[in-house]
Amino acid sequence: MADVITYRQAVAEGIAREMRRDPTVVCLGEDIGAAGGVFKTTAGLYEEFGSGRVWDTPISEQAIVGAAMGAAMTGMRPVAEIMFSDFLACCWDYLANEIPKVRYMTGGQVTVPLVVRTANGGGLGFGAQHSQATENWALTVPGLKIAAPATPADVVGMMAAAIRSDDPVVFFEHKGLLATKGAPAPPDHVVELGRAAVVREGADITLVALASMVPVALTAAERLAEEGIEAEVIDLRCLVPLDTRTVLGSLAKTSRLVTVEENPYQGGWGGTLVSVVADEGFGLLDAPVRRVAAECVPLPFADALEEQVIPTVDKVVTKVRDLTAY
Amino acid sequence: MTESPHPDAAQLLALYEQMAVIRRTEKAAHDLFMSGLVKGTTHLAAGHEAIAVGASTALRDDDYVFATYRGHHHALARGATPEECLAELMSRATGLCKAKGGSMHLTKASRNMLGSYAIVGAHLPMAVGAAWSARLRGTEQIAVAFFGDGATNIGAFHEALNLAAVWKLPVLFICENNLYMEYTPIADVTAVANPAADRAPAYGIPGEIVDGNDVVAVQEAVTRLAGRARAGDGPSLLEAQTYRHFGHSRADPATYRPAEEVERWLKHDPLDVARGRLAELGVPAGTVIEADERATGLVQAAIEAAKNAPAPDPREALTDVWADGGAAWRT
Repeated sequence: MADVITYRQAVAEGIAREMRRDPTVVCLGEDIGAAGGVFKTTAGLYEEFGSGRVWDTPISEQAIVGAAMGAAMTGMRPVAEIMFSDFLACCWDYLANEIPKVRYMTGGQVTVPLVVRTANGGGLGFGAQHSQATENWALTVPGLKIAAPATPADVVGMMAAAIRSDDPVVFFEHKGLLATKGAPAPPDHVVELGRAAVVREGADITLVALASMVPVALTAAERLAEEGIEAEVIDLRCLVPLDTRTVLGSLAKTSRLVTVEENPYQGGWGGTLVSVVADEGFGLLDAPVRRVAAECVPLPFADALEEQVIPTVDKVVTKVRDLTAY
Repeated sequence: MTESPHPDAAQLLALYEQMAVIRRTEKAAHDLFMSGLVKGTTHLAAGHEAIAVGASTALRDDDYVFATYRGHHHALARGATPEECLAELMSRATGLCKAKGGSMHLTKASRNMLGSYAIVGAHLPMAVGAAWSARLRGTEQIAVAFFGDGATNIGAFHEALNLAAVWKLPVLFICENNLYMEYTPIADVTAVANPAADRAPAYGIPGEIVDGNDVVAVQEAVTRLAGRARAGDGPSLLEAQTYRHFGHSRADPATYRPAEEVERWLKHDPLDVARGRLAELGVPAGTVIEADERATGLVQAAIEAAKNAPAPDPREALTDVWADGGAAWRT
């Protein structure tokens, strides 16, 4: 086994492990077959499993997700790729109205065990229609589980949990992390959905981050440590189920909270998290909560402009400094 | 090609009786709504019975069916009982969907009637997926999507037809063309004369038109096209021409429809057409009346049973979001 693998390799590895284990796992999406996916996140699957289990589709997001739903209702475990998360809007009816509601509105008669995978987020200069962090869209819909791993091992472990889940999971793979490297996942690695990870321990402040913001928060924590501020960094890993227990547990130790979100402040997941903290953890706080989030604008193209919009290490460091002085 | 002989007298009488049960259940839904026992809205399919019954009886029991919000007749034709349907409409715990679905979402998954969907056209790709699944599992099941003429102008319709065609899947698209897209004549908002069948050539699949008020004609067409799908020859599109007896929904008295058009179609009622065929086969009028009486008795008993069923436990509101039965979104 290699010492390290990339995040993008981990995506294909995670899917392949489940396809080997369970013959009902099948993949569909645009360019995912012989082409290996535009982000090469399905590389090797077609070669190993063939056209009977890895299906290229037309550019038809409604048909991709709708067909995945129909297959999931009838005995398969489909893994559908929507190339860029911005394109989820093209099949939003399925994510907002069909997939998450059918179990409920049929009184529990129907199970929809599917995964919709998608490349999420900015930082690569793809412009406003290929760069959004859209996990919040899914967060507004009861009935969808939401996974957003930050490391290759988590990609594999959470992919296993997502594909084995009897509930629908939207799986956000961050474009900005695809080339990053990390330890490979051990055999049979499964990371339960809804279990956050404390990725750095510290006693002074809790930073809660997701996906690409995890390395940002970790780098900020290293810089802050040089100033004598020890930040605890929590990788949330999932938005639904939301691991509020780990966050409240950390706050009991640090008494200060900053969320680090790539999504726009307006409607971001941090708003939900801090509302739980305000409701149930107010007595734990020695300072107001702060949110570092993106500006409420479409993501611009130029690096200099993108940096103005998305959280950076500097922005996190500044916010934490202010808060520790409170 | 699968043989599709005419049903004999006994078979046709059974089809007739199923349609009679559906007609009476729809009448009950209407009356219960008017008396305040059904809330929300209903989209009645009175007039469309021959399509549901003709198609359903041409399918295997394990074939998959997907329907629209106007789907009472499909649920009933695929094995839901009038009692569980009416209980659902009346918000009773014994309802088909535990009173969480209502009129627009009648679903009988145990009979592979996989749902009634209230976003127009959304279920066509699902049927494609079910057909794909059947092929992957090698079961020779087919999937059927019933939809209205209005759905033919939705993007999902075109995406579904194309994907089904390129993957050559065993799916049958059945359009119930009742001439009106909600309140508007479909002809006023559609570029082709036959909103479903005329689109089929664009996807390289057969597109046929059938008299949707003739249960025998529907059964024969569906038997043939289902056999084609099961044999691996891919999807097809059937446009069944029919007419609504009621308006689009409870809020719609359908005053926009020309009187002579309504009269013409009511003279071509599916139950009357079937009665005519029964007479041709020599079935005595008394036998048909007995079938009507059985249907009336069944639906009357269903109404009483549903009325007497309990309301759902309020705690049910927080169940069935997730597969574990619960609704928790956080730890």
